[in-house]
Amino acid sequence: MKSLLPIATVVALIFAIWTVAVVPMNIHLTADMAARQDIAVTPDTPAARQEVGALSLAMRNPTIWEMTYSLDRPNLPSPHQVGAELYKSVFTVEPTSRRSLLYHAWVTLSATLLGFVIGAIAGILLAVGIVYNRTMDKAVMPWAITSQTIPILALAPMVIVMLGSIGIQGLLPKSIISAYLSFFPVVVGMVKGLRSPDQMQLDLLNTYSASGTQGFWKLRLPASMPYLFASLKIGISASLVGAIVGELPTGARAGFGARMLVGDQYGQPILTWAALFGAAITAALLVAVLSMIERRTLRRMGMGAA
Amino acid sequence: MAWIIALAIWAAGWWVNMRLAESSRANTRAVSLAIPAIFGLTLIAIWQVLVTMLDVSAVILPAPSAIAAQFAVSIPTLVADFNQTIMKGAMVGYAFGMLAAFSVALLADRSEFLTRGILPVGSFMAALPIVGTAPIFVKWLGSDWQSKAAVVAVMVFFPILVNTVAGLKDTVAMQRDLMRTYGAGYWATLLKLRIPAALPFVFNGLKIATTLALIGAIVAEFFGSPTVGMGFRISTSVGQLAMDMVWAEIVVAAIAGSAFYGAIAVLEKRVTFWHPSQR
Repeated sequence: MKSLLPIATVVALIFAIWTVAVVPMNIHLTADMAARQDIAVTPDTPAARQEVGALSLAMRNPTIWEMTYSLDRPNLPSPHQVGAELYKSVFTVEPTSRRSLLYHAWVTLSATLLGFVIGAIAGILLAVGIVYNRTMDKAVMPWAITSQTIPILALAPMVIVMLGSIGIQGLLPKSIISAYLSFFPVVVGMVKGLRSPDQMQLDLLNTYSASGTQGFWKLRLPASMPYLFASLKIGISASLVGAIVGELPTGARAGFGARMLVGDQYGQPILTWAALFGAAITAALLVAVLSMIERRTLRRMGMGAA
Repeated sequence: MAWIIALAIWAAGWWVNMRLAESSRANTRAVSLAIPAIFGLTLIAIWQVLVTMLDVSAVILPAPSAIAAQFAVSIPTLVADFNQTIMKGAMVGYAFGMLAAFSVALLADRSEFLTRGILPVGSFMAALPIVGTAPIFVKWLGSDWQSKAAVVAVMVFFPILVNTVAGLKDTVAMQRDLMRTYGAGYWATLLKLRIPAALPFVFNGLKIATTLALIGAIVAEFFGSPTVGMGFRISTSVGQLAMDMVWAEIVVAAIAGSAFYGAIAVLEKRVTFWHPSQR
């Protein structure tokens, strides 16, 4: 807990920079608006204001700084605007309504979780195969590693169109992208984990005349748990990113990605930012849940960090 | 029939690989390159056979031969797209994000307090869907490569920052004491001990960031771009159901991604040759 204060400081610093940046980012819009309301602005014609940089315009018009924080369609919304939008769309709207962020969160989350479960199970199975089969190890492992250097995520829209054209729509295409993204981290981590018992431990099991299956269940699988959880945490955030990107350019109508896109296309940046923060909070919750399961499991296995 | 041939190819490929993997030369360099290559070729052959023999529509999945033909015909387009997306968007963004991350890491490193805050916050930010900021940057900076570079810079910033900060902490008291007995000041210690010690971590971050840079540059183009670029080409070709073109771009992206990663890995080998993981 002694890192709580430093974390709070860094977060506060980020918010402070954000808050300060709101003024120059929005000053041109605000100055135009103020001029229409007959508030004196220097320089006084729109054309002249276009010539002036954001910082110097801000320095010359300290009276309208306050207005930059309450624009309807700001370039950069202020933290309190995003907070208010988050509050409004989470707590004051029915969760089943399309205007509720919880509804969109659920759409994205269900695709994420389905994909994550598929990807994690497939990854664990492949890792077991790789550890126990020499040919698979030699043939598949290099591809598993290479595939992490390929920008798979950028192909998400194509996957969705491809699956759509053979009649698979809705939750599944997004889940497949999520599954694919969480699959490889799990494979690589799990292979490392299943191989982590050292020769001494394997020899000990031999002296007990343990069979291969017993060796797997009693030594290799338990020993792989720390590695598994580390890669599951990477995998679930990759899954979430995958589901969101899967929604972005394909005209999805619900989900965080769709929400960001709607905000972008209808000129409501506050919506976009609220969706971004909603996604960030979701990612944090998912990782936190996994960390909790990890701590519980490892402690019961006697591997907890005490 | 098609399935039987596919199965036969699979069995043949697997049999060859099994022989190679069990053979006495299995651990030589040539064989450990040959086995995954054979595996890959087997998959491509099966793909080709199934698509041609089952008459799979090119809209769903074009045959590898069709993709290769399309690739050969449209090399000028592909090169132009590569220049726009990779050389301008991804590389410029990568360089800026890297420099920003190094500067912030060096500044934060002077304070133990800030370091303890930046590590968890940075690794949290690194897990976020930052690519979602693409529409915002496109709106701010216009649709040319500058907005893509900005998205890339933000995406690569956090992994590099976290790894650099962690790396700079990776010296033990004994080593720092030794530097002090040499009478080395902050800068000498930084240049001669702490930065070299941090390099394995830094390269780890740089390698993670290569893939992110390509993803950012391509995905940001889905939100607005001039009529050139890999993301632009992918999204318009999907719209025209020209899947062979999409796959050609995917091949380019895959080669570019692996080459970029490989280049950083080679550099790492040259620079951190002393580290146990490289020996």
